[in-house]
Amino acid sequence: MAGTLNCMTPACPSPDPSQAEQAALLGRLRQGEDAAFRDLMDMAGGRMLAVARRMLPTDDDAREAVQDALLSAFRNLHRFDGRALLTTWLHRITVNACLMKLRTRRRRPESSIEDLLPTFLPDGHQTRPAEPWAPDRLERAETSEATARLVREKIGELPETYREILLLRDIEDLSTEEAAQALGISSNAVKTKLHRARQALRALLDPHMRADGGEAC
Amino acid sequence: MLTCREVLDFLMAYVDGELPADEVARFEKHLAVCLSCVNYLASYRATIRAGKAAMRGPGTSLDKLPPDLVKAVEAARRALVQSGESE
Repeated sequence: MAGTLNCMTPACPSPDPSQAEQAALLGRLRQGEDAAFRDLMDMAGGRMLAVARRMLPTDDDAREAVQDALLSAFRNLHRFDGRALLTTWLHRITVNACLMKLRTRRRRPESSIEDLLPTFLPDGHQTRPAEPWAPDRLERAETSEATARLVREKIGELPETYREILLLRDIEDLSTEEAAQALGISSNAVKTKLHRARQALRALLDPHMRADGGEAC
Repeated sequence: MLTCREVLDFLMAYVDGELPADEVARFEKHLAVCLSCVNYLASYRATIRAGKAAMRGPGTSLDKLPPDLVKAVEAARRALVQSGESE
């Protein structure tokens, strides 16, 4: 497995189990100890479900993805080389299970992102100069549940492939290379799409965040 | 002097610290005289922070799986073992 991921969620409610605890659990799993799988679910299941809920539109989808991920982990334990943390490996498996589910559900043609990207005059200046965002709204963006809901809603409005990239890179903290591998595209394509996704999300939030009034949230 | 278009095209590399030093200097020379790009840069950074806070902030994580899901996974795992598909 490429790279090393950090804690499954920075805001996780309990600290990550230590490396030693994870290694001990891995040993018990490999010996086929029945209770070890239950302990694995206790250790990582909640965080796996949180990842799936971030990535998938419904709770049913998220639960199915976690079940798929846990069974996939069980089936593939013998392939896990133990160089990464068990929680890191499970995070990656969960992300992959969510991507699989998104692919099987994707039926509509994707909407264009072009309207949400900045436009320029022939001399290279922006067509519409960017206005400053209000400091109090910026602060609320990180603390208020109402603003968090708005941001989640706007992330949900992104065209799906851009939303996926944003989630993998900015929310799940996969590296560019890990995201490229998970999505089967080049690292350069990940970078281009991530930049566009961030720009599009900025454009969607802009009316709500500008200091000149906008649509307060 | 870079144009706004060039600055916005390479904004991510600047924010992620991936621009070479001479490009950073050209970038910052533009920012010193372009309020629109300064505003755009601040809101671009704020967008990244807001996304992370909204998706990974308090209340977005769980300690444990719901008991019914644990039971469902256990049952599916047992079925796998019994069918011999676990290896």
